Amino acid sequence: MCGIVGLHLRDPGLYPKLGRLLETMLSQVVERGPDSAGVAVYGDHRRCPPGHAAVSVLLGDTPRSVVAGLFEDMVITRAGATTIVAAPVSVAELVAAVRSAAPDALIVGSGRDLTVYKGIGDPRALAATYDLASARGWQGLAHTRMATESAVTPEGCHPFSVGPDQCLVHNGSFANHATIRRELMAEGITFDSANDSEVGARFVAARLAAGEDLEKALRALCERFDGFYTLLVTSADGFAVVRDAIACKPAIIAETDAWVAMASEYRALAGLPGIADAEIYEPEPERVYAWTR
Amino acid sequence: MDALTPTGTATATASTVDLAESSVRALNEELHAPSHSRYEVLRPRGAHALAAGVHDPVTIDIRGNAGYYCAGMNDGATITVHGNTGTGVAENMMSGLVRVRGDASQSAGATGHGGLLVIEGSASMRCGISMKGIDIVVGGDIGPMSAFMAQAGRLVVCGDAGSGLGDSIYEARIYVRGKTGSLGADCIEKPMRDEHLAELSELLTAAGMPYAPTEFRRYGSARALYHFAAHNSDQY
Repeated sequence: MCGIVGLHLRDPGLYPKLGRLLETMLSQVVERGPDSAGVAVYGDHRRCPPGHAAVSVLLGDTPRSVVAGLFEDMVITRAGATTIVAAPVSVAELVAAVRSAAPDALIVGSGRDLTVYKGIGDPRALAATYDLASARGWQGLAHTRMATESAVTPEGCHPFSVGPDQCLVHNGSFANHATIRRELMAEGITFDSANDSEVGARFVAARLAAGEDLEKALRALCERFDGFYTLLVTSADGFAVVRDAIACKPAIIAETDAWVAMASEYRALAGLPGIADAEIYEPEPERVYAWTR
Repeated sequence: MDALTPTGTATATASTVDLAESSVRALNEELHAPSHSRYEVLRPRGAHALAAGVHDPVTIDIRGNAGYYCAGMNDGATITVHGNTGTGVAENMMSGLVRVRGDASQSAGATGHGGLLVIEGSASMRCGISMKGIDIVVGGDIGPMSAFMAQAGRLVVCGDAGSGLGDSIYEARIYVRGKTGSLGADCIEKPMRDEHLAELSELLTAAGMPYAPTEFRRYGSARALYHFAAHNSDQY
């Protein structure tokens, strides 16, 4: 089991409430994944001001001071195991600088609009550590993990964010991930973990980098991957859901004029404003559902 | 407190349980040793296992959307969900009536032994999986892989059925009014005889569905798969 929640806001009036809504959703899927929780927020100007790039990094034993002072006008936020580093430079420059300054640290997210948080322990406590309730933004997702394929570590936490402003969260387990990992490695793609979900994220990132859109990339994933999956995948402007052919990992989607939401279970959606009038449905097997900002 | 009425008639005043103020456990403890004959459950907000394991002929109205395993193992109660239900509504029902006014998620009526499950909207995948005598009437469509290994009972679908219908089916009978996707292994279309029209008519009436039995087609087991055949022995 694992728990997934995601919220894509259409009504800018809700942007200031994104974090609070996401936290409410997350608290309803704690039982599905009590060992760790990860969160991604798009458009949180507290931590990634306009004109800045942001890198989310697990510093481990590396002191935070090594990333301070890399650039002018940096914003550095500590949130448990995760540190968010923002600076008014390009994403590539910031990633390179952080990597150079902290070679033993793990970058778990990067982009112009994206902040990613990872940690182990009780998901509700982690939401407080991330100060999720105060986050604002236009899109976000969260994942509560019950690990099956790799260790309970911050690194093993979802989302997997391996391309700029991209995130993938996964409920399930891929059966042929080792084969696909070898194929991607042969193409020169490097991996951060032994996690099966990372293979899915790297596969999608490679497709997006080749110019495909989310819908096309996820259709290719359905063709290539065996196993069980409900996936929520986000990009700089997109939000997409797909399930495997057997579709035994749950998913439910709700839509109103103000938002699109996806969760493992309805109860995670029950607190959203206007849910009583939302269109609610389960995504069909191997059909890609995608929305663009 | 109103007098207990064994059939749960509409004259009894309902006891109201608001799940914004009361826990699911407290609700189910009350329903397992009922002091009333009628219950109204308010603000369910998708909670799991609502009214599971009820074994008295009480009437329960759940006003909103329910989560997993709602009305599971029901034995004699009349339970109406005025909303949608999550996975496994009325799973393993023994007897009684469960009615979902909205849609149901996957595995509705799974392994049910008896009683009637009515889903006025549509049901998702694996509706009636391993059903063992329950009757299920769905007003809308059902998803793929429904009635997998269905052993006994009737599944009536007023809309369309998804692919893989009735895979490895035993002696359950399936009636579909709309289109069917692919049929599963050992599931075939069968002729609609008078006794089938008669039982379908009864089920549609009981469920309150306004369709004529003649609009439906019947599916069931070809019985080619579940008997051991001596010439297959070298494959074991």
